[in-house]
Amino acid sequence: MAEPPGTIADAAALLRSKQASAVELARSAIDRARADRFNAWLTVSEEHALAQARIADERLARGDAPLLCGIPWACKDIIGTKDVETTAGSRILDGYIPPYSATVVERLDREGAVMIGKTNLDEFAMGSSNENSAFGPVRNPWDDTRVPGGSSGGSAVSVATGEVLFALGTDTGGSIRQPAALTGVAGMKPTYGRVSRYGVVAFASSLDQVGPFARTVEDVAVICQALFGRDPSDATTMPLPAEDLRRDLERGVRGMRLGVPKEYFIEGIEPGVERAVRAAIAELERQGASIREVSLPSTDHALGVYYIIQPAEASANLARYDGVRYGLRVEGSDLFDTYKRTRGTGFGAEVKRRMILGTYALSTGYYDAYYVKAQKVRTLIKAEFERVFEQIDALLTPTSPTVAFGIGAKVDDPLAMYLNDVCTLPVNIAGLPGISIPCGLSDGLPVGLQVIASYWREATMFRVAAAYERATDHHRRRPPAGPKAA
Amino acid sequence: MAAIEGSVVRYVADLARIALTDEEVERFTKQLSVVLDAVGKLREVDTAAIPPTASVLPLDNVMREDEVRPGLPLEDAMRNAPARDGDLFRVQTVIEERPGG
Repeated sequence: MAEPPGTIADAAALLRSKQASAVELARSAIDRARADRFNAWLTVSEEHALAQARIADERLARGDAPLLCGIPWACKDIIGTKDVETTAGSRILDGYIPPYSATVVERLDREGAVMIGKTNLDEFAMGSSNENSAFGPVRNPWDDTRVPGGSSGGSAVSVATGEVLFALGTDTGGSIRQPAALTGVAGMKPTYGRVSRYGVVAFASSLDQVGPFARTVEDVAVICQALFGRDPSDATTMPLPAEDLRRDLERGVRGMRLGVPKEYFIEGIEPGVERAVRAAIAELERQGASIREVSLPSTDHALGVYYIIQPAEASANLARYDGVRYGLRVEGSDLFDTYKRTRGTGFGAEVKRRMILGTYALSTGYYDAYYVKAQKVRTLIKAEFERVFEQIDALLTPTSPTVAFGIGAKVDDPLAMYLNDVCTLPVNIAGLPGISIPCGLSDGLPVGLQVIASYWREATMFRVAAAYERATDHHRRRPPAGPKAA
Repeated sequence: MAAIEGSVVRYVADLARIALTDEEVERFTKQLSVVLDAVGKLREVDTAAIPPTASVLPLDNVMREDEVRPGLPLEDAMRNAPARDGDLFRVQTVIEERPGG
């Protein structure tokens, strides 16, 4: 095994032709994770990974192993893993060992995938740059003076550098798609209700979804195939008939109707980002798609809706970190004081800001003016998407208005930081599926194209993304510091 | 034109059970005023006839059979406890014992 494989399909072929074993793939991934220079990893769980790899090799030898069997992957450290420390990037959970695994982890375990370890993130997934981690910022492998995006920055980097073949992240307002765009990999948020949240540290429950990072659209579809489906432990998972998510990958876009929402080419979008995304749209038109400009007039209000609903839900969810049953405890003069000191010490600045904002929006006198108002505008945003999807099959937008920015550039200006997610957070507000795929470079840094589809139409979204990917080489580009393309 | 005052930040932080330093109160007051200004733009939207959306999922009540299933073993539930007393989580006294009570 001279070069590590670049895709799940390549690795699966190596494993089946006995050119590599799952243990060899795992050891190679562990070595590269240990050598990572970008602070992408919080835990490398060597023993756990090698035990899984040995079982995978036995299964591969029997000849009936699923595609993900023996494939090394990385898990965002907000997803609970039995017996492997889970911090959510916060001091308040430092040292926490979950007594059970999240359903998504169990599903990948069942496929025989090999978890290499846990990746760095913004504390409780609150951030768009990975600078809010209690364990230091993650750096972008394309330029290590810049951020990788967030909040799933460690997962994005673990895939961009080729340390692992795929990773899981969570996406509440863009936390998978935006770092995927900024590091040049594919990253996808499923329709709300597709994937179980059981065992995932809760952030904003009506917005959160787990999803994959990978090198290719096909790999993303393979992982989704393992993750999707109802979970009796999560009442917000939708009961739906099983479907083959890869069925439309080769169909091409001829005859498809693709919408370009004019509100997404906003003031503040970098010219290089707009150029790359417009070129991607032109490529899909060249392949026979009909491109239409559409309007989603309430897009301008999505940021306001998001920064009320998300902190409000988070302030309720994070009430559980009180220092009583797990995690950090800082003793005060009485129990009330212990709560305050524990949370004052354990939470970082961004988490505190959002707890205050959310508590404020839910408090007597402001509940109707902020929280209920935001829920009503949420109805409008959702209705506008539904109306547009009566006439088109998918939407094409930039994933992020900018390429990766410098570490420290926006840390003292929360609003500027929040604006990173203007193109991704409306998708969470409406609960739609979205994928970001690489569509070129601007100033040597990756740009992401976002494809948004209607509810439960991930297969349609993959069809569009795969058609673009087939015609271009952007997904094969690797960061200068990373390994060569497969 | 601060949308909120430092005293409000202090009060809300208390509701949220978060101890803040004076420096944090000052910084958060400025930063949250900017954010509240931005989200306050929602007032421009006419929502008189619009119902709120709490969840986008087209599901109402999700029911299951009421079956007896094993829960988390006690030791698993207790092993992350910062302080314990046998099978109990140990915290400071909440209700003082009254003399002679």
